Amino acid sequence: MPDLLIELFSEEIPARMQRRAGEDLKKLVTDGMVEAGLTYASAGAFSTPRRLTLTVEGMLAASPATVEERKGPRADAPEKAIEGFLRSTGLTRDQLEERETPKGAMLFARIEKAGRPAAEIIGEVLEKAIRTFPWPKSMSWGAGSLRWVRPLHSILCILSDEAGTEVVPLEVDGIASGDTTAGHRFMAPAPFSVLNFDDYAAKLKRAYVVLDPEERAEAIWHESTNMAFASGLEVVEDKGLLAEVAGLVEWPVVLMGRIADDFLELPPEVLQTSMKEHQKFFSVRNPKTGRIERFITVANRETVDNGATILAGNEKVLSARLADAKFFWENDLRVAKAGMQPWLEQLKNVTFHAKLGTQAERIDRIAALARELAPVVGADADQAERAARLAKADLSSEMVYEFPELQGLMGRYYISALCEDAAVAAAAEEHYSPLGPSDAVPTAPVSVVVALADKIDTLTCFWAIDEKPTGSKDPFALRRAALGAIRIVLENNLSMPMLPVFLSTYLDFLRSQSFEALNTLNSARSGPEYAGALPSAKQLLTQDALLSFTSSPRDTKAALARAIEEMQQESNWSVADAALDGLFASELAPIHTFEWLMVSEPEGGYSDADDEARNEERQKFEPLLSRLALHLLSFVHDRLKVYLRDQGIRHDIIDACIAMEGNDDLTLLVKRARALSDVLKTEDGENLIQGFKRANNILTQAQEADGVEYSYGADVKFAETDEERALFTALDQAEAKIKPAMEQQDFATAMAALAELRAPIDAFFEGVKINADNATVRRNRLNLLSRITTLCSSVADLRRIDR
Amino acid sequence: MSKMTDAPKSFQEIILRLQAYWAAKGCAILQPYDMEVGAGTFHPATTLRSLGTQVWAAAYVQPSRRPTDGRYGENPNRLQHYYQYQVLIKPSPPDLQELYLGSLEAIGVDMALHDIRFVEDDWESPTLGAWGLGWEVWCDGMEVSQFTYFQQVGGHDCHPVSGELTYGLERLAMYILGVDHVMDMPFNDPQTPIALSYGDVFKQTEEEYARWNFDTADTDVLLRQFEEAETHCREILDAPHEDPKTGKRIVMAHPAYDQCIKASHMFNLLDARGVISVTERQAYIGRVRTLAKLCADAFVQTTAGGWQPDSAA
Repeated sequence: MPDLLIELFSEEIPARMQRRAGEDLKKLVTDGMVEAGLTYASAGAFSTPRRLTLTVEGMLAASPATVEERKGPRADAPEKAIEGFLRSTGLTRDQLEERETPKGAMLFARIEKAGRPAAEIIGEVLEKAIRTFPWPKSMSWGAGSLRWVRPLHSILCILSDEAGTEVVPLEVDGIASGDTTAGHRFMAPAPFSVLNFDDYAAKLKRAYVVLDPEERAEAIWHESTNMAFASGLEVVEDKGLLAEVAGLVEWPVVLMGRIADDFLELPPEVLQTSMKEHQKFFSVRNPKTGRIERFITVANRETVDNGATILAGNEKVLSARLADAKFFWENDLRVAKAGMQPWLEQLKNVTFHAKLGTQAERIDRIAALARELAPVVGADADQAERAARLAKADLSSEMVYEFPELQGLMGRYYISALCEDAAVAAAAEEHYSPLGPSDAVPTAPVSVVVALADKIDTLTCFWAIDEKPTGSKDPFALRRAALGAIRIVLENNLSMPMLPVFLSTYLDFLRSQSFEALNTLNSARSGPEYAGALPSAKQLLTQDALLSFTSSPRDTKAALARAIEEMQQESNWSVADAALDGLFASELAPIHTFEWLMVSEPEGGYSDADDEARNEERQKFEPLLSRLALHLLSFVHDRLKVYLRDQGIRHDIIDACIAMEGNDDLTLLVKRARALSDVLKTEDGENLIQGFKRANNILTQAQEADGVEYSYGADVKFAETDEERALFTALDQAEAKIKPAMEQQDFATAMAALAELRAPIDAFFEGVKINADNATVRRNRLNLLSRITTLCSSVADLRRIDR
Repeated sequence: MSKMTDAPKSFQEIILRLQAYWAAKGCAILQPYDMEVGAGTFHPATTLRSLGTQVWAAAYVQPSRRPTDGRYGENPNRLQHYYQYQVLIKPSPPDLQELYLGSLEAIGVDMALHDIRFVEDDWESPTLGAWGLGWEVWCDGMEVSQFTYFQQVGGHDCHPVSGELTYGLERLAMYILGVDHVMDMPFNDPQTPIALSYGDVFKQTEEEYARWNFDTADTDVLLRQFEEAETHCREILDAPHEDPKTGKRIVMAHPAYDQCIKASHMFNLLDARGVISVTERQAYIGRVRTLAKLCADAFVQTTAGGWQPDSAA
């Protein structure tokens, strides 16, 4: 039972690729072996910066011989058929066996395949593995055409057993296999030959190479924590960094260094990020103060001065890095303390999305929305708007430019430096939350408002430009934004209808877009011949016309018309006019309509004519509304279903609640769904559904047959049976409980009252024939059924419940 | 830094040693290219010569300009004008890593005391339409060189592949000489009668250029020059391959490439003046890249780029 050892020795393999590459090598080689009939007992993969190693133990020395019997044509088949069979089996006629079968004499071929020695198979399999290796990124080098992650230098491939060691011969692009490797690049570079895996691992260790990445990582962590502990400190855990560092060294030597006092006042996150990103250092924290005071670096070698030179060098590099960070920090603080105006200005040049304008425009919208949402959340409107205006200012800061992952956090520091209220500062950090399903949701009112406004703006605007997620594609993370908004609303128990919010955000977006369009138009006209006319026209357009939208839409149309007229009088504007007309029709008209419908009713109400016009416009506007806001709402509902399903609330239950009025208030919707879910878990609840469905079916059929709607007028005086009378009483009682409960949005009480109807309804169906011969009695009974369904439907649309 | 018997004494000594080392290893020692460039890679001895089938081995110092990095000579590590040492060997020899490490020893890095590491860093130049795989080389945690196997330049696949080494000379020298502020670094031997520091040579110019780069450079002029260089580059390349005067086949890849370099530098200056918005940035870089690709297309049509008369068909 020989063992196999393979080592592919190359120039330094990126740390992040090593582990996966080891596994890929194992899979490619062992799969290839097994396919060729070479089974084995166990296999293991290892990697270092310069080598991928595979050990396979207890494998067959050769693939087993195989015999295959194949049935051919009849012995008396035409010559051609027999020839074909001979070709396909590679045998001659006299090698075929003739056998009597129930179908007559048939020809049989016996195909024997001799086993192949392991070395032959492995040579082929390994060459193929090398040539088809799935590196995430590969390259060629020199004048050759072989591709590897970095230049491949040698291939060690040996089979070993008690009898000795044998090199598996193969050659890939001029690299011939052998039984030698080399140790540490600097500490033991001389090549040496190996006999088997144990010999290999032992000799490597003597040559300052720890083969197993786990062992290196463990050694690094063990040594680091010990070293920190000895100084009363602790290492900040970072598993990703540990794995990466273990992939950068063959012989880890842990060194702990100091951070110069100058830098200790930098925010700990900045120290940590700078040290990790640039230097791959671990942070060492003082558990008493929480401050980062030292660092751990991992060198790749021992030195006669015990790493003193290396550590001094690393400390020096770190100082230069932190000097940069400090420079950014101090510059940023200066801008921050002066009010951050330059940062906000800069955001006017930063495109958020080609169709959605700049970050500054986005911030304007979010700020307006934050102001609108503040009362719902119980935040101060001024504070909410202020927070929204500042929350993304740090995107312009030097620190965030250098370390994008510190966005928000730096905002918090900088806003605090501006002596803003802590709630405003916190919003900068928290408004990005929740980032994932397990990320915490903000709870401070100002943070909640800004986080919600941010997400709603994102959703509405991407909806407006028709960039919705499709299938697995969600490049703008809109599903995450929707889930974030849902969780913020629910976990903060916010009562907030979504539709008006969606609408007003969309409106703001359109308005900002149209301003831009107008400005473009104006600048296109800024040629000298129009210079005289421009100021007045511009003023009319941008101020009188656009700004009066909100107060008096009627006047706006007139103002625009005046503007056009004026421009025509002053010079030849025919081209500009056409553009303006186009603009008016395409860009401004929908805004105008939106605005008109959105403005609150003037004191004294609208005139009849106005009302009529409004209705007319509203009808035109309906399709737009349904296209955007309703579609977005249904997207949010879909995300909500996924979210609630994870919490054990059935799909159909949510549907039954979504079908009710007020379904854009998510808190209300979920409250209803939970109450319904709870009641349906009881026996009464479950049976009530059956009763409801029965009532509903009978009623629907009767209505269809009779062409009459039975909805009103059930009277106890026409009741003939006790069951009927009992149901009347029960409905009266239930109604008396449900109505006030629903007004209080106390769904639990309402549902419980509904569940109490189960017994009287069951008894009614048991003892009463609905289709009584007496027409009056029948109509009364149908009207009674209608009372049941109406009452039930006032709580949720139970028709949508599946069972 | 530890005591070393053969430690260099000055910035220039480090440069001279590198020159001697790579000369001994068979490189043609070239002089800096006589135009403003952002990095040693822009030298046609790298950009163009990495293309085509001909062998090549060259090393040179290249003054490099990064207008946005100017700090008026006050930052210990940042300069708007600095030196890169550049080595390009095609095809890349199998012992390039060892050759490189030998060069570190030659300039006084004691391999027994320092921690040298090859850390993944894939190089990409969006302006040149070029990329390669390799590493940043770390010495005790400091990046001292960039080591790249060119895979593509100007949109052309590289075959054979060039190995490129780029040393950031000031940073490397400061480390070897144990200097904390670049302006304090001895430029020549500190024992000579007229000892000059890096600051003596460059403090004045760093100040002047920082002011000019950030605040004074005439953006209209820069913009015009960018456009002119772009137009001219295309005009040069549009000229027929056969020179009407001499009747010879002369593809003017290098003169065109000069215009590409110029456009790139104008873009860097405009960038430092802060007049290029984030969205425009990409567009400008794309325009320079287009020029670089056209120049690369032209170079492979030259004899030096591997063109042969019989391959014309």
